[in-house]
Amino acid sequence: MSLLEVKDLDVRFAVRGGDLTALRGISFTLDKGERLGLVGESGAGKSVAAFSILNLIARPGYIAGGQILFEGRDLAAMGERELRKIRGNRIAMIFQDPMMTLNPVLTIGTQMVESIKAHRRISKKAARDVALSKLNKVQIPSPEKRLDQYPHELSGGMRQRVIIAIALLMEPEIIIADEPTTALDVTIQAEIMALLLELCEQDNLALMLITHDLGVVSQVSQRMLVMYSGRIIEQGPTREIINDAQHPYTQGLISALPQMGEPGQRLFQIPGAMPSLKNVPSGCPFHPRCKFAMEQCELTMPEYVRSGNVDVACYEVSNLIAREKGMQKVEF
Amino acid sequence: MTTATISRWDRFRESFLWYSFKRDKIAIISFIVLLAMVLAAIFAPLLAPADPYDLAQINIMNSELPPAGMAGSDPAFPLGTDAQGRDMLSTILYGTRVSLLIGFGAVVLQAALGIVFGLLAGYLGGRVDSILMRIADVQLSFSTLMVAIIVGAVFKASFGNLMFGEIAIYMLIFIIGIAEWPQIARTVRASVLAEKKKEYVDAAKVMGFRTGRIMFRHILPNTLSPIFVIATVQIANAIISEAALSFLGLGMPETQPSLGSLIKSGFDYIQSGSWWITLLPGLVLVVLVLVINLLGDWLRDVMNPRLYKG
Amino acid sequence: MLAFLVQRISQALLVMFVISVIAFAIQDGLGDPLQQMVGMSVSQDEREAIREDMGLNDSLVVQYFRFAANAAQGDLGTSYFYGKPTLDVILEHLPATLELVIGASLIILVFSVPIGVYAAIRPQAWLSKFFMGISTVGISIPVFLTAIVLIQLFSIGVAVNPFPQDAGWGRWLNGALSTEGGLPSYGRGDELTPLFGTWNSGFFSHDGILHLILPSVSLASIMLPLFIRLIRAEMMEVLQSDYIRYARAKGLGAGRVNFLHALKNTMLPVITVGGVQIGIMVAYTILTETVFQWPGVGLMFLEAITRSDIPLIVAYLMVVGLIFVITNTLVDLLYGLVNPTVKLTGKKA
Repeated sequence: MSLLEVKDLDVRFAVRGGDLTALRGISFTLDKGERLGLVGESGAGKSVAAFSILNLIARPGYIAGGQILFEGRDLAAMGERELRKIRGNRIAMIFQDPMMTLNPVLTIGTQMVESIKAHRRISKKAARDVALSKLNKVQIPSPEKRLDQYPHELSGGMRQRVIIAIALLMEPEIIIADEPTTALDVTIQAEIMALLLELCEQDNLALMLITHDLGVVSQVSQRMLVMYSGRIIEQGPTREIINDAQHPYTQGLISALPQMGEPGQRLFQIPGAMPSLKNVPSGCPFHPRCKFAMEQCELTMPEYVRSGNVDVACYEVSNLIAREKGMQKVEF
Repeated sequence: MTTATISRWDRFRESFLWYSFKRDKIAIISFIVLLAMVLAAIFAPLLAPADPYDLAQINIMNSELPPAGMAGSDPAFPLGTDAQGRDMLSTILYGTRVSLLIGFGAVVLQAALGIVFGLLAGYLGGRVDSILMRIADVQLSFSTLMVAIIVGAVFKASFGNLMFGEIAIYMLIFIIGIAEWPQIARTVRASVLAEKKKEYVDAAKVMGFRTGRIMFRHILPNTLSPIFVIATVQIANAIISEAALSFLGLGMPETQPSLGSLIKSGFDYIQSGSWWITLLPGLVLVVLVLVINLLGDWLRDVMNPRLYKG
Repeated sequence: MLAFLVQRISQALLVMFVISVIAFAIQDGLGDPLQQMVGMSVSQDEREAIREDMGLNDSLVVQYFRFAANAAQGDLGTSYFYGKPTLDVILEHLPATLELVIGASLIILVFSVPIGVYAAIRPQAWLSKFFMGISTVGISIPVFLTAIVLIQLFSIGVAVNPFPQDAGWGRWLNGALSTEGGLPSYGRGDELTPLFGTWNSGFFSHDGILHLILPSVSLASIMLPLFIRLIRAEMMEVLQSDYIRYARAKGLGAGRVNFLHALKNTMLPVITVGGVQIGIMVAYTILTETVFQWPGVGLMFLEAITRSDIPLIVAYLMVVGLIFVITNTLVDLLYGLVNPTVKLTGKKA
């Protein structure tokens, strides 16, 4: 049984004039120690998906349907009190901007100790020791000093290390990291990502990494899923998808990466833009921008088909596979 | 085939302002009440049953009659009479008129001062900015009411009671105007600082326009929207300030009272049971200020950039 | 820390200087001290001589310095009406005002924080909407009017009989809606407890406290809605922050999230704005004391205006100016201590 299993998750925003659907029919699994990447452009719904696991979506968002099974129990149906036992304890989160994430008027020590004391009966002194050990683990110099400092006294990279340390405090099973390096300097990004990878490998932690950076995903995650307009359009082992993307959108994303080829080459751009929540197209949401679009794409959302080890939701791809099978049949 | 041109009225009807006004019941009710009060005040001489300041019309035998519905009331005086026998309805109508006059006048003055100083401070910067803003800060930290009281006290002492009473309306407009300019100046200055960075200002400079012209004809129109919001609330504040000053004896005299001075003179009779002399003008004052504040709140919500709220 | 203090003190001195110049200008412009001091029968020559003696013919600058020097030593002139040094008069009246302010501040403190926080956490609850509605109305009622209404309700009493008096339930309902009054509405009463110097306190006797109730509530009535709205607005904004969501993501309970993480950040701007309200408070004490004939410095100032007691007016302005400056400096200091991102050199981190 998977550690985390999301089934048919539906997340909506209740606004004047009707509900907007942010996530539709999201399904994926995460196994113990596995590293999963969630990829997509801004507005695709990756952050919403991440926050919905622990039911932290900001109002007016709400979980409209589906299940989030963690060790067999449905998180989506759990009350606040039960969820609190899991948050920061069994499943920890890392947000995007460490300056905005740490409370500016409380010391690092306060913010670390409270995490521990929220889940365990433990003396303040013992909690401080645990905090120190985790700060050491994330390789922060002079950790005792840091405990009494305020967030603004640390550099951006150090703050993110602190956030990672906080995530590790209760030795969780899963870490959900929402764009953990986007707000950092480019030079620090690589360091932090390497640290995160190392820690996950060491402690066999499952990692759900949300990012728009395909480079990071290809280095860190074992499996990945690609989101577009609230849906997963491609899902499977990272290597396979990066090397041979099936869905036209994913192909577009990869082509858009600047290549170390001839200088002066035009960068590829997928024409058009991701639709806003109010204007989600019918059927496959990508069809207005897709050069393979057919009549069927406008009508209904395609089902997943398997190509290799990858699940893809695309009529073009399913047609291609059918044709291959058909040709194979003919050959026989 | 001619294309139809949309009239200004049609444009207004389709505008966001009208749309959200129609939907906000509180705004509609407030506006109606305010309109009724303003019209009643403007037409006070026509509406009032009697001129309460015409000594020939007052009969001291009518003094302290309660409002209609209570024992001892007289149908000629629906809201009762005060200690001199004046009809309360009339005094309140005239009083509202004075209060509104001073309220609007003071806001016009403080807006004029505030806009000019705000533009100067924001656009010229440097020394001018420092000095103006320092003065504004000191005034604000003393609170505008305190400043008004001090200036009022000084003027009253300089001019003497009699003369002060005669020009009281202008005095009050002046006093409240100079007490309250900092608020508007600050807002204008903030807008100007933001606008200064925009490209159209550079364009105007390059084209050789004079500073004054740039300030007034180019930047000012873009800073007007927050001013409208503040001005509305400031009218309410001005009315309250005037009422406070009158209550302290630094405002309108008894011969030409505003709502505030009506409350003051009525207060002496509250212990003897004639509560209407002080509380009815008080009620009118509260309603007036309340509807202006509510409209100001609505205006502020409408003019702010729309936040994506559920 | 030292640099901060030096900076603030020099700012304070500057403001005091400006205030003293204004006060001096008022004094010089308004009154002819001679008129007040000597009778009509004194001849012109004698007047000139007295003027010379008093130094009234010296240049304005010299006169100002004399004024300032005297003020710094505590000599702010002699009141025309009381015939005593103005500072003495002020000190006699000051405790009454201070007690009024303390009473009002307690009320504001005790009520604004819980109500403001509640209205921020549960904005849709009918109780929140009720409080916010009252706040909007409260801001529209000038403080002296609230005082008058309170006097009518709780001092004089209001007897309403909308329901039939002959029925038992009618009588009960009428009684519930009516008020009996009885709270004192004039002055401070006779049972004051001497503390030290000129400070006779009303807090230590039953009668004294009764007298404090209506005036304190009146004074608080204008500031309470302000603070409730302020706390609610700030807290609602703070609750949208990332760090609040993060605190919840760590599994912290609502109590800690709201009352530590959120509240501490909320109170910072509240302290700043609150400090500014002190100025308004002083103006409102004048109004409140007038309604209740409360023998504090506000009433004293107003009476001085009516009596054209110039030295007392000027002295009041100087003292009030000093109080402002000191309070504002203290508020700044408090803010600097509470907000860790502000280094006390006076610069932001």
